[in-house]
Amino acid sequence: MDLRKTPLNDTHRSLGGKMVDFGGWDMPVQYPAGTIAEHLRTRNVAGLFDVSHMGEIWVDGDDAVSFINRLTTNDVTKLSDGQAQYSALCYANGNVVDDLLVYRVNAKKLLLVVNAGTTEKDWDWISSHHSGEAVTLRNASSDYCQIAIQGPKALAILQPFTETPLDPIKYYHFTNGKVCGIDAIISRTGYTGEDGFEIYADAAHAVSLWNNFLEGGKFGDADGILPCGLAARNTLRLESAMSLYGHEISDDINPLEANLGWICKLEKDFIGRDALLQQKQSGLKRKLVGFEMIEPGIARDGFEVFLENTKIGFVSSGSPAPYLKKNIGLAFVTAEFAKPEQQIKIDIRGKQVAARIVQTPFYKRIKK
Amino acid sequence: MNIPDNLKYSKDHEWVRVEDGVAVIGITDYAQHSLGDIVYVELPKAGDKFDAHAPLGSVESVKAVSEIFTPLAGEIVEVNSPLNDAAEVVNSDPYGKGWMVKLQMAKPGEADGMLSPEEYEEYVNSEK
Repeated sequence: MDLRKTPLNDTHRSLGGKMVDFGGWDMPVQYPAGTIAEHLRTRNVAGLFDVSHMGEIWVDGDDAVSFINRLTTNDVTKLSDGQAQYSALCYANGNVVDDLLVYRVNAKKLLLVVNAGTTEKDWDWISSHHSGEAVTLRNASSDYCQIAIQGPKALAILQPFTETPLDPIKYYHFTNGKVCGIDAIISRTGYTGEDGFEIYADAAHAVSLWNNFLEGGKFGDADGILPCGLAARNTLRLESAMSLYGHEISDDINPLEANLGWICKLEKDFIGRDALLQQKQSGLKRKLVGFEMIEPGIARDGFEVFLENTKIGFVSSGSPAPYLKKNIGLAFVTAEFAKPEQQIKIDIRGKQVAARIVQTPFYKRIKK
Repeated sequence: MNIPDNLKYSKDHEWVRVEDGVAVIGITDYAQHSLGDIVYVELPKAGDKFDAHAPLGSVESVKAVSEIFTPLAGEIVEVNSPLNDAAEVVNSDPYGKGWMVKLQMAKPGEADGMLSPEEYEEYVNSEK
């Protein structure tokens, strides 16, 4: 089966992107500068990310808020116009269908932004639970491109392209505006742990927006913006201890285990809430922790975690951390050992290598 | 893609330079480019013995782990330990400072069976 392509596919190739199959999409894993350079440039200046493969679902109607509030873990009623929240869709057993952002345009209009690999699954899940509520649902994923510009210089690079003042847009807030003269949703959100924006616009304008941002960010200069591939996207989110569906959350994992209790408003009724309440009451058996390697070696996804010859868990995401210059990871371990300073071992291809549980996030940007 | 004239090559993208019965082994420019930023190299110890085509160790990029194989049988006499702290040298200088091990060959002349620079280039082009 042919891989799916974002509107920027030719652009990635012309930039020298190394293309890989990511969940059925033909995406750049890195560009010629390399993952480490892309990662560091994002933390120090700015990085540009094509996230057009993500899904967008519109929920319109009088019951938009109450309908989505019933399906998601976070409290949609707390959103004001122009505000977004991180949330999750859960099965009745409390495990996760997907994580997502819920954007409130107004009381009768919500935008759900979901993962690329789960868009169809989420659409089916949400529409199958529509039973009589006054809402219309629309999967608009192929209409949109989404470009993220992230880093301390992201605002300065983006501002000349829009008359909308960017500084007043608070984190996890958004507005409609024009970027390069094109209608867009300008959202102060991201997946890197840096300040930055995600721009949603009609897919037809993807290439010109992307090229404008590269030029405005002085791509090619020693400290200019760099386009960043999936590998840098992963190392950036990992340093910030952000979840990746299929790793820290999945249909085998519930949000409480994954340190996402803060997006679970258990006082409201939603699908999965009863199961999560029960989990909370009986105590979680396993918990997600961050760790860093103490001896040389790199922990990889799926490696087993040991404590004195007993397996106590597994690595959900493991990788070098280019900014921190350490090898880090996230792992699920038996709850009693899920505490900072706990010494553990990671089985790296048959060899037990020492690591230590640490507080997360591993990296936190200094806010001005 | 750089393929020096004075070396021999394997289909697993290792290069070999024979100096007086000792084979210096590393990975090729094509290999380092395919891997991306190399962050970690795991090498054997001096004294370790290997059959031809056995795994010697591994080279890790940010995203992936790749095994390194010895094209020749023999005993490790020297290991490039500075790579432990500077794995990126394999990217920047794969044929020079990025050498990995020196192996005392068990079978003199075994390197003659390896690919010539032209054969390796043809092989790489056919893989693409």
